[in-house]
Amino acid sequence: MKVFVCIKQVPGVSEVRIDPKTNTLVREGIPSIINPYDKNAIELALTIKEENGAEVIAISMGPPQAEEILREALSMGVDKAFLLTDKAFAGADTLATSYTLALAIKRILKSAKNKKDYLVILGAQAIDGDTGQVGPELAEELDIPQITYVQKFELKENKIIVERIFRTEEVVIIETQLPALLSVLREINIPRFPTMSGIVDAYTKKEVISLDANELKPDKRKIGLNGSMTEVWKIFIPERKAEQIIIKGTNEEIAQELCRNLKNDKIL
Amino acid sequence: MSIFIDDELCTGCGNCVENCAFSGIEIIDNKAIINENCSFCGACLDGCPVNAILIEREEFKIEKIDLSQYRGVWVIAEHYKNIVHPVAFQLLGKGGELAKELGVNLTFVILGADFDDRLEDFSLYGPDKIIYIKSPILKQYYSDLYVEALSDLIIKKKPEIILIGATPTGRDFAPRVAKRLNAGLTADCTGLEIDQNTRNLLQTRPTFGGTLMATIRTPNSRPQMATVRPGIFQSPERMRKKTAIRKIEYNFKEEDLVTKIIKVIDKERSSVNLEEAEIIVAGGRGVGSKENFEMIEELAEVLGAELGGSRVTVELNWLDQDRQIGQTGKTVSPKLYIACGISGAIQHLVGMQNSEIIVAINKDRKAPIFNVAHYGIVGDLHEIVPVLIEEIKKNKNKE
Repeated sequence: MKVFVCIKQVPGVSEVRIDPKTNTLVREGIPSIINPYDKNAIELALTIKEENGAEVIAISMGPPQAEEILREALSMGVDKAFLLTDKAFAGADTLATSYTLALAIKRILKSAKNKKDYLVILGAQAIDGDTGQVGPELAEELDIPQITYVQKFELKENKIIVERIFRTEEVVIIETQLPALLSVLREINIPRFPTMSGIVDAYTKKEVISLDANELKPDKRKIGLNGSMTEVWKIFIPERKAEQIIIKGTNEEIAQELCRNLKNDKIL
Repeated sequence: MSIFIDDELCTGCGNCVENCAFSGIEIIDNKAIINENCSFCGACLDGCPVNAILIEREEFKIEKIDLSQYRGVWVIAEHYKNIVHPVAFQLLGKGGELAKELGVNLTFVILGADFDDRLEDFSLYGPDKIIYIKSPILKQYYSDLYVEALSDLIIKKKPEIILIGATPTGRDFAPRVAKRLNAGLTADCTGLEIDQNTRNLLQTRPTFGGTLMATIRTPNSRPQMATVRPGIFQSPERMRKKTAIRKIEYNFKEEDLVTKIIKVIDKERSSVNLEEAEIIVAGGRGVGSKENFEMIEELAEVLGAELGGSRVTVELNWLDQDRQIGQTGKTVSPKLYIACGISGAIQHLVGMQNSEIIVAINKDRKAPIFNVAHYGIVGDLHEIVPVLIEEIKKNKNKE
């Protein structure tokens, strides 16, 4: 069985700030990290490997520096890592991204004995784009069932049984067959830390295999900007909405002034 | 595909550097230079005063589809235990405005088993048409059935805009439908407008955790799909209107399903309803302890408000998770939001900055929460909140 984990490099988002003086994005010293949800996806894949035996394969599409997160995945215990990197992939929206990821998965499956014996796991969403769209789009591209927002997982022979959470007041238990795609919530597990020997292995015994457009042989209309139906028209800094009043005085004066204002606003 | 700077035109003004969210452009020797961080998003083009930046796309890309075949605005509903999620009605409000501007019909689409008696009620929210896809099995939500039925219908009817709630359900089926149709889909929009010249839907959404806003469009294909979080738009006033109703019966069978629901466990229904609250009082790290939260709770009580908190208060177990507001919690837009001891990390701001009036109480004048607050109080909440509670009680007694 092969377990594919699709991961994304994201900026440590809490570090992204606007410089109030110049009104521009402060970019210095923003660390790049594995999308936190994707670590839970890796952890689930590794647990499946330990309990049932499987080959765990991490895939990321991104610029050359995304190799860092694949090394981290390898150091956690992932068996193989593929980096899909090419200028032609740049500017991809979720449609083009899911197409490219599917090409890589299909290519890796070509050499597999049983081409249906696989599972794809993703984090429920990335903290930078926050769309959660790549998972369902990838499932459609691979033509396999999808279960999103998974918080518990069990594999029994060829069947998988999961708990899906769409709302706080309901847990839905769903069964499906392999192959299938899951997107996982952070509650599903606690990702392990790489061990010392894991880190050494990631840089000595294991490798990150780069695949470019020559190797994946995509339909050029479906990758990068060309394959993206959506385009960013403009990016801007949100305007401050309100005139602001700072209320000063003793605590009593502040309380009275605030109540008066809220009455004028017809809220109290 | 490539991006060029015309060195003869470039004045080195640096506008493009400011507009770039990816550090993909820099000024070297007074000329703009594109570097390897460039994502080809095109955000730099608009800001260039001398039009020195050019993106060239390989033209074989665009199989020109006849956009004029696509007409109409659709809203797709979801439901749980026979209750339609309110975001569907909010989208009918916004969808109605868009349809009017485009001069087309507004259609409400619902998939289910028991809505025959409810269709007239739905018509009060302003749709010109209702399409009801009926099948006994659709009492429950199934990804594959939603995707199949909706894709078929969209291919046949060709709407130009499709709006869907950005709930887990919507985020489960919308991308798969988009992929099947090869349609552009923009997640979590907070603003929707029409470009009258092209009929393009301009979809604005927060990006980089809300630090920046991006406006997305889908210029060369249809339909244009967008998901919208609950609470962003207003439900329209209900009124009588003539609505065409079309019922489509499907005979979906259990054995056709690729995923089977084997059990549904009902958990205690959360009594917390932050999304619909008119007033929310929320606490952050500055509250200091679980015991101190009682004060915040009391303030909520005298105001008849719902209680909420930032992520850290949930992590520290001061509050239950269903009260968390922000990127990984609820998105709220009450009439009044009182933030007590919340510094205002961007992940929190994206969940509450649409509130009508925001009051911030915080010790630190530099805390980012003051950037979105309408009324700011710089001081110790432990002293101010009790006084405020008394003052509100006094005001109530006068009434």
